Amino acid sequence: MTHAPHSEVAQHVADAAADHADSGVFPPFDPTYFASQLFWLAIFFVILYVALDRFILPKIKTTIEDRRDRIADDLDAAAQAKADAEAAGEAYEKSLAEARAKAHGIAADTRKALDAEIAKETAGVEAELSAKQEASEAAIRKAKDKAFAEVRGIAATATSAVVAALSGVEVSEADAGKTVDGLIKAKEA
Amino acid sequence: MADTNPIKQFEVHEVFPFEAFGLNLAFTNSSYFMMLTTGLTIVLFAVAMSSRALVPNRAQSVAEIIYGFVADMVRSTAGQEGLRFFPFVFTLFIFILVANMLGMFPYFPAPGAHSFTITSHLIVTVALAMLVWLTVIVYGVFKNGAKFLKIFVPSGVPIFILPFVTLIEIISFVSRPISHSVRLFANMLAGHILLKVFAGFIVMLAAGSASMGMGELPGYLAGVFPFAMTLGLTALEFLVAFLQAYVFAILTCIYLNDALHPGH
Repeated sequence: MTHAPHSEVAQHVADAAADHADSGVFPPFDPTYFASQLFWLAIFFVILYVALDRFILPKIKTTIEDRRDRIADDLDAAAQAKADAEAAGEAYEKSLAEARAKAHGIAADTRKALDAEIAKETAGVEAELSAKQEASEAAIRKAKDKAFAEVRGIAATATSAVVAALSGVEVSEADAGKTVDGLIKAKEA
Repeated sequence: MADTNPIKQFEVHEVFPFEAFGLNLAFTNSSYFMMLTTGLTIVLFAVAMSSRALVPNRAQSVAEIIYGFVADMVRSTAGQEGLRFFPFVFTLFIFILVANMLGMFPYFPAPGAHSFTITSHLIVTVALAMLVWLTVIVYGVFKNGAKFLKIFVPSGVPIFILPFVTLIEIISFVSRPISHSVRLFANMLAGHILLKVFAGFIVMLAAGSASMGMGELPGYLAGVFPFAMTLGLTALEFLVAFLQAYVFAILTCIYLNDALHPGH
């Protein structure tokens, strides 16, 4: 042990070599068990390969794929449900618009019917009023004519009286009436 | 102090003697850990995937994450056609990963009562690397015929340096199983030796400095320093155990890509 810092490790390596007296080499390079290691490695590696290839890896693969498919299906179903909801919304909007249009129609009809009734009643009342007005006007005209006729008689009487008083000429009321008629005619003409 | 011997963990013990074809095919603690790796992997995956739930529990999530991790690795390096080799790459990855992780136990219910890292034996990693290398050659020739030789002749190289580049490509191809296997083997071997050496230092330093206390502090507390180092190295070794399984698997994918698409 001349190399002091490495003496312990060197000692152990030497011990190991001594322990392994049957071959006298570093264990990882000991060819005694090479055949055995290769033999058992081949067996267990092949077992592991077959188990993974046939059973375990396909199981993991199908599990992952099933999950991916399921998620895709669920997303499709969600999209479908969304489309359905949108269609229902549109149908609702449509029926709402229809109902509104219908309500507008009913309101317009009602208004029209009411307007017609109002117009009818108004026309009735107006006709009644105009009839009354015409009757009144006729009565007034009659009264006026009667008054006019009386005015002619009065005028004729007054004329003959005035002529008799002023000139002493007796003028018959009929002649006076004729003169008055002539004057009225001249005035009206 | 035989217990601090950093090489002892690599020893192979016979459990059941077995001979065939004139070869010593004894069932050893190495075989035991190979059996454990395969058995544990199958049982854990079978249990994890037993419910096949739409919403996975933790174990099923882990199984699916490992599946996705390896599938993405194969797809990104070897393309969609590379998925033909997905079970092979998955088996390599999970076998090396579980074997490396089982090797991280300091003591284990196993022959010799110590844990054994099967990937710390060159013969095992060479066997796995040769399996990949031969798969590449056999499948490459089977699928591409003579076109497989294109992997030695990169396109777009000036003609006067092409022979030189081709020579380098051939050397690189031939040395693949060496670098592929030695990388995994050397990492596991060196890491485990380092762990055991520093763990040994705890005992040695504590024993050696027991009589050299400073004031109130007893001397054996000096063992704390290699203990902290061992703690850190253990974490590092867990990282290496995963990383080397990943590196081995991704190199496998890259090599398989040559067989699938030569001349790239």
